Amino acid sequence: MGTEIAIEGLTKSFGNQLIWKDVTLTLPAGEISVMLGPSGTGKSVLLKTLIGLLKPDEGHIWIEGTDIANCKEKELYEIRKLFGVLFQDGAMFGSMDLYDNVAFPLREHTKKSESEIRNIVMDKMELVGLLGAENKLPGEISGGMRKRAGLARALVLEPEILLVDEPDSGLDPVRTAYLNQLFIDLNAQIDATFLIVTHDINSCRTVPDNIGLLYHKHLAMFGPREMLLSSEEPVVAQFLNAQRVGPIGMSEEKDADELEAEKNIKMPPLPPIPLQITTSNGRPRRAAREPGAWCRENGVTPPPGSFGENVSTAPGAGAEVSA
Amino acid sequence: MLDVGVALFKRPFQLREFLQQAWFIVTVTIVPTALVSIPFGAVIALQIGGLLKQFGAQSFSGSASVLAVVREAGPIATALLIAGAAGSAIAADFGARKIREELDAMMVLGIDPIQRLVVPRVLACMMIAVFLNGLVTIVGVAGGYVFNVVLQGGTPGAYIASFTALAQLPDMYQGMIKALIFGFIAAIVAAYKGMNAKGGPKGVGDAVNEAVVITFVLLFIVNFFISALYLQLVPPKGM
Ligand SMILES: Nc1ncnc2c1ncn2[C@@H]1O[C@H](COP(=O)(O)OP(=O)(O)O)[C@@H](O)[C@H]1O
Ligand SMILES: [Mg+2]
Repeated sequence: MGTEIAIEGLTKSFGNQLIWKDVTLTLPAGEISVMLGPSGTGKSVLLKTLIGLLKPDEGHIWIEGTDIANCKEKELYEIRKLFGVLFQDGAMFGSMDLYDNVAFPLREHTKKSESEIRNIVMDKMELVGLLGAENKLPGEISGGMRKRAGLARALVLEPEILLVDEPDSGLDPVRTAYLNQLFIDLNAQIDATFLIVTHDINSCRTVPDNIGLLYHKHLAMFGPREMLLSSEEPVVAQFLNAQRVGPIGMSEEKDADELEAEKNIKMPPLPPIPLQITTSNGRPRRAAREPGAWCRENGVTPPPGSFGENVSTAPGAGAEVSA
Repeated sequence: MLDVGVALFKRPFQLREFLQQAWFIVTVTIVPTALVSIPFGAVIALQIGGLLKQFGAQSFSGSASVLAVVREAGPIATALLIAGAAGSAIAADFGARKIREELDAMMVLGIDPIQRLVVPRVLACMMIAVFLNGLVTIVGVAGGYVFNVVLQGGTPGAYIASFTALAQLPDMYQGMIKALIFGFIAAIVAAYKGMNAKGGPKGVGDAVNEAVVITFVLLFIVNFFISALYLQLVPPKGM
């Protein structure tokens, strides 16, 4: 069963470089949340703060009654046992082959026999599609394979919280689609709380139950997927729909002149909200909700064409619909 | 550094990692050590031999060579090799692990990289430093012998007989202690710099560079202080 993570007023800076300020959100237990944001906005820093690798300047992170932003080293090591983490490049131990890498947490933290370990490792390797590559060294395989191996390692201790850093960076769209499907199936299977950090809009629109947007050193918005996908808030609408018109520019911020010039330009209409990915075997997922439920409950009219069977999710689709 | 001190006594001790690292350090330092120590011994023999000739004290040339090699040259050559070859390898290794987020992954898996990776390297480095010091001393003295006897026409008997005239056993201990401390400093600095590398592959290069430079400077300073202290504490052998 997943565990809730409650983040309150989190602020982090390195020296005098502020990364983000006053981030407050709750990752609901057992649900998939995606944190979206342009590169360099501190998404990885946020993940590392959540597992206590970095200490925030201010704020709290509550997990099962422990504030991991302010607790003792000892408690931290305890709490970390709840976590599985997939780092950006897999973070495989370079001196061990994939099998030993995936078996590592089991050998360190359990008293399981080698044959039990073998079963679990092979099970997870199969899950991520790496059977046959057990004896390869991390340096010999592609970035995508390293990521999947990292996922296998993150899963062996049956985590209650899974943190994933940019699963889709450097992967081709087909692999990304497989991986997204894998996250959905995995969530149905292990019921853990997922936090996926990404800047891939396609994944963000179709995978999560909740979306957050980090932008301009703060959390612009966090909430159910349908809430953000139907939001007219310029930053949110621009980023989630990959449009050029809006407050986000090529450099981090557009300058005042550019914004002034765009003041009168209306934001293009929102593209339809796509259906969320469902499990591949039809198994129900606890956190999944009926399409359109949030919009109905909150009296929001979703963009026309939403939740249709064949809504395109490619970035820029919105522009075509409106043309 | 304090962390390393604490972690030094944490069990289980990583024997396998220690042995692997010790072997690794040997492989990167042994050839340069041999290559460096022969000319080292020869140069010292040449210098001292020439000097003593002017004083007409040739009979002490063996002794003086040994003294110089055992007390100063051995540890200094060891320092150069440990910092240059072993330190740079350790810093590069940690730097690469840092930017691949291996160290983070390790901590998340509840394993302290200091205990797991740093301590075995520090100990291995110290052990190998002592070993190298011995090697440099032997090769240096032998080189001095060859130079003195074969090229400068000294007599073998005089060279060997004068060994014990000036040199004494504490000189040897002093050299070993220096080597131990040098190994410790080199490994700690390299590990620290590597673990704090940032900013991609370039950051690793910078870390290695800084580690080597800082270690060199530290080792020469420390060497000076130990030598000064030693000369105060241990009276030179009377003639
Ligand atoms: N350990 C650190 N020390 C100093 N600055 C850091 C550190 N880690 C990250 N940063 C800085 O924080 C900012 C955000 O980094 P990051 O979280 O990696 O961004 P993202 O993952 O969103 O692309 C970057 O400007 C980076 O230079
Ligand atoms: Mg990142």
